[in-house]
Amino acid sequence: MENGRNRKYTEAPIKILLAKPAIDGHDRGIFVLARAFRDAGMDVIYAGLLPTPEEVVDTAINEDVDVIALSLLNGAHLTAFKNVMDILNKKDVHDIAVVGGGIIPDDDKPILEKMGVTGNFGPGTPLKIIIKHVRERAMEVRKIKEDEYK
Amino acid sequence: MEDYWNLKINEIKKSFKSNDKYNKWKEKTLKPWNQKTGYKDKKYKNSSDMDIKELYTEDDVPENMDKILGNPGEYPFTRGIYPNMYRGRLWTMRMFSGFGTPDDTNKRLKYLIKNGETGLSIAFDMPTLYGYDCDSKRSVGEVGKCGVNVSSLMDMERIFDGIDLSRISTSMTINAPAAILTAMYFVLAEKNNTDLKDISGTVQADILKEYIAQKEWMYPPEAHLRLIRDMLVYSIKNVPRWNYISVSGYHIREAGSSAVQELAFTLADGFYYIDLGIKAGLNIDDFAPRMSFFFNSSINFFEEIAKFRAARRIWATVLKEKYGAKNPKSMMLKFHTQTSGYTLTWQQPLNNIVRTTIEAMAAIMGGTQSLHTNSYDEAWALPTDDAVKVALRTQQILAEETGISDVIDPLGGSYYLERLTSEMEEEAYKYFAEIDKMGGVLNAIKSGYIQKEIAETSYRRQLNIENNEETIVGVNKYIDENEKPINTLKITDIAENDQLRKLKDLKSKRDNTKVNESLNKLREAMKDENINLMPYIMECVKNYATLEEISNVGREIYGEWKEPKIY
Repeated sequence: MENGRNRKYTEAPIKILLAKPAIDGHDRGIFVLARAFRDAGMDVIYAGLLPTPEEVVDTAINEDVDVIALSLLNGAHLTAFKNVMDILNKKDVHDIAVVGGGIIPDDDKPILEKMGVTGNFGPGTPLKIIIKHVRERAMEVRKIKEDEYK
Repeated sequence: MEDYWNLKINEIKKSFKSNDKYNKWKEKTLKPWNQKTGYKDKKYKNSSDMDIKELYTEDDVPENMDKILGNPGEYPFTRGIYPNMYRGRLWTMRMFSGFGTPDDTNKRLKYLIKNGETGLSIAFDMPTLYGYDCDSKRSVGEVGKCGVNVSSLMDMERIFDGIDLSRISTSMTINAPAAILTAMYFVLAEKNNTDLKDISGTVQADILKEYIAQKEWMYPPEAHLRLIRDMLVYSIKNVPRWNYISVSGYHIREAGSSAVQELAFTLADGFYYIDLGIKAGLNIDDFAPRMSFFFNSSINFFEEIAKFRAARRIWATVLKEKYGAKNPKSMMLKFHTQTSGYTLTWQQPLNNIVRTTIEAMAAIMGGTQSLHTNSYDEAWALPTDDAVKVALRTQQILAEETGISDVIDPLGGSYYLERLTSEMEEEAYKYFAEIDKMGGVLNAIKSGYIQKEIAETSYRRQLNIENNEETIVGVNKYIDENEKPINTLKITDIAENDQLRKLKDLKSKRDNTKVNESLNKLREAMKDENINLMPYIMECVKNYATLEEISNVGREIYGEWKEPKIY
């Protein structure tokens, strides 16, 4: 696993919010990810169980995260992930990346991508692939943030 | 109390003999062989982090084996709780089922009965599990997805339409709103003119493991524990064949625990419920016989069998010695088993049939009373009819073709298995002592200790898989690059819309004055801790108050619950 040694000195750790934005208690995966992101040098926040999409977005904005990682294993991802995206769009937030994972049928992946939720990793995905994707998305939105200040 | 656990630990330690035979063989034969062949010794471990030797000998069998084993049907029931086990009666083939609307589920249940299933087991959807109706804002997109939706008694009537409740037992996997669903089942039986004395079944109702693992709750622990007490007392008096709780390790294991953690945390929860019944003023021998358990059967074959045997021995020993139970039935740990959902892989799903078969064999050789076998497509979705049929047929093949159920505890006396059973037992006692030091299981949950233990175990295991120290066929080895998607069960929004329409219709047709009256009476009763709430909840149910309306009374009075920091 990457240990973060490649980062530039000036770069703050990637800040990531983990959330399950629906009524879904399957949290084994999200706790594994929390530890994996932590060990990869990221700053991890867990939204707790049963947050509403509003709460997820508010926390993400208040904590100034780079990435929101959404996980659902209950089949409600199309509705619930969309709720989060809708609120982000309504608030005109475009410098937070949203990635997803869980039990997501192949047919649903392009729909989620189109909403702006990327990754959508299923069971058995190696952690390093997920971490790499999160880093890439974080760098993308940091670029957007930098451009905003120019 | 801690002293008792330490006493047990010492007893087990003392029962282990010196390992002379193994050591001599190792020096004389194994080491030279390894040197000659260039084999580098490495550590082998099971899920419980126990060192596994390459050979077990008669030295590994505990000193007092006859005494601690007991014959089948005799204390301490290590070999099985019934004298004739599966010859007298096969385990109940109970397939966990539920999806979409109550009508969809009714059809699936009848399909399974037609195919030889011998007990029912209902899976509810997420809104139902959390006490929300289908028309709640929170339920959007979730109705019927993970199980069947039940918003009121009407839905229960539809699920069991045409099924005789006095002739088949039903297990309901429901926890936070368990008292309400139990009330619905009882009221349904009454409405069908079935005497409550003639119905049998199990409600999961184990809220402690919800805080530990499955994370489905509505109120703070004390409120749920009061409701469990009320269900317990009510059913012991009125529904004698009802198992008022199914103390569950299944979810603890699925959340990432090891086998021994599953064993220890589940039994610790069980002891807590025993204390609860005693505190309610009941005699232990009146209510302990109706307590049941639910375990996971995972892929390490011998470890699982040892776990089941250790569970029986610990339960019998502690109930007799520590709690002073007199009735042997109080000491018998009876349990349902489900094969491990976690071990199912999304990759190359047909391989899951093999995994499930091995796990089912461990459950049978471990002496389970009932069994659910997972379907091979369940890492993808809820199972199709065809996939469920294969899973059920797996049990039937094991029962009727292989001969493994012909003999009781067929692996009893195996050097390896007996040693492993004792080690499981010892490690479980160590956890009990640890938990007592924290002031009991409820404190250990509220502080997040148990949850963190599980999360750490789960993470370590994941890292082992990442590093290829642990193999999962088709996932990190023997990968197939050209996998094709399989056919899965699709649950459309039709179910949600249908449920919404039916609930709206119900709300306009029922007697709303009666609904409110019964809810108000429940509210008043809830304020007095000494009142048994079951009759009040049954009254609400009879008037077609909805699941959420009844749940909300508790939310008003008890408030909600925020879990401790686990990450």
